[in-house]
Amino acid sequence: MGLEEKLPAGFLLSTVEGLAGYMRKASIWPATFGLACCAIEMMAVGTPDYDIARFGMERFSATPRQADLMIVAGRVSQKMAPVVRQVYDQMPNPKWVISMGVCASSGGMFNNYAIVQGVDHIIPVDIYLPGCPPRPQMLLNAIIELHHQIETSPLGVNREEAARAAETAALSATPTHQMKGLLA
Amino acid sequence: MADDTVGKDVTPAGPKGSEVGAPRAQRSGSDDREKGFLSELFAPVAGFGVSFGTMFRKVATEEYPEKPRPTAPRFHGRHQLNRHPDGLEKCVGCELCAWACPADAILVEGADNDDTPGGAGRFSPGERYGRVYQINYLRCIFCGLCIEACPTRALTMTNFYELADNDRGKLIFTKDQLLAPLQTGMLTPPFPMADGLEERDYYQGKVSGPTDAQKAYVHDRDAAASDGDGLDDDGSTAPSITGAAGRPGNAAAAVPGAHDLVHSSNPSAPQTREGANP
Repeated sequence: MGLEEKLPAGFLLSTVEGLAGYMRKASIWPATFGLACCAIEMMAVGTPDYDIARFGMERFSATPRQADLMIVAGRVSQKMAPVVRQVYDQMPNPKWVISMGVCASSGGMFNNYAIVQGVDHIIPVDIYLPGCPPRPQMLLNAIIELHHQIETSPLGVNREEAARAAETAALSATPTHQMKGLLA
Repeated sequence: MADDTVGKDVTPAGPKGSEVGAPRAQRSGSDDREKGFLSELFAPVAGFGVSFGTMFRKVATEEYPEKPRPTAPRFHGRHQLNRHPDGLEKCVGCELCAWACPADAILVEGADNDDTPGGAGRFSPGERYGRVYQINYLRCIFCGLCIEACPTRALTMTNFYELADNDRGKLIFTKDQLLAPLQTGMLTPPFPMADGLEERDYYQGKVSGPTDAQKAYVHDRDAAASDGDGLDDDGSTAPSITGAAGRPGNAAAAVPGAHDLVHSSNPSAPQTREGANP
């Protein structure tokens, strides 16, 4: 709606936050976005054996314009990267991304020139899901984790504050290339 | 020939088509006699019988978060660093697992065990131990080559699979998360090997638990540590000797393994996050 984004901070917004989070988490439509072998497991989650509809995901949307969740299932090649970004841009807000499998999360065992080393180079990722490929229960677990995240996500003024705090923390953190000495 | 086949196809279809199109009353009388009043009444909703009957069938869906089905016993799940029966670590820091890993997911840094008094201490039987042990679960493909490469069976895999997280950093598991929790009777390293035994005796199964000398050493060590911290608490060190109800060893070192027990008893989403947190 957009109205909830304009509320001033305080009691009203926190109530709306809770309600909106509760509503949003229970009706997420995933976009069909299978790129490789992980997509087979993603399809298996749609079968009656695991039944993704129990989590309010009645169908996999064939168009990104009617999808809220992008499950990047499989390795993202350099050639596919602009397509991933475009599909993500076509999804309406609010939208979430699950990076399914190690290839999508970090390149996995394909540490080479052809594969994007983690889909978070292209789009913001909410949940990382390890596994090669993850079994259907692992994807369901990732979806439940995402539900927790959506339920507690801030809105409007609070979200802007949270984003600003996250940016400040990221800027003040030590960059990886400046970390010296022995690990741990 | 072609004309014949066409004619054969058309002739039987003709009467059938007219019968379907015709109203009910004009059909042959034999159909009317077979169908009773009730079957006529329920004919339009007869198809729902299948749906209704399905309600009483057993549900095929796995109700995952509440009632997950067990995995196959040899399912490749999260790794575990095992211990000897007295509590010493089996990992000798040889880095063979890291060399075998096809995805470069494992990082090991070995260090020397130190038996001299006041030194760094002994964590594993033998010369060296794994000082740093990290597995990046965003690279690990759960192939099990590290388990095959491990010469001491220090690294094995559990059936635990709920690893999803919202942070990349939390998915790099460190040694305290990977180490097996201390079983009843085990002591917290560092402490010296059992008297009169050498490294190979550990692998030949000659050690079944901590000796009295080892218990005394750990007791003295914990007492010294608690004195140094200014915590004058007798109860904190007593369980390491008795080992009956309380977790052996000092409490701080026992915490990292605690989440493993929680996972195995109740594998649900909230505990998963605790597992990833240090």
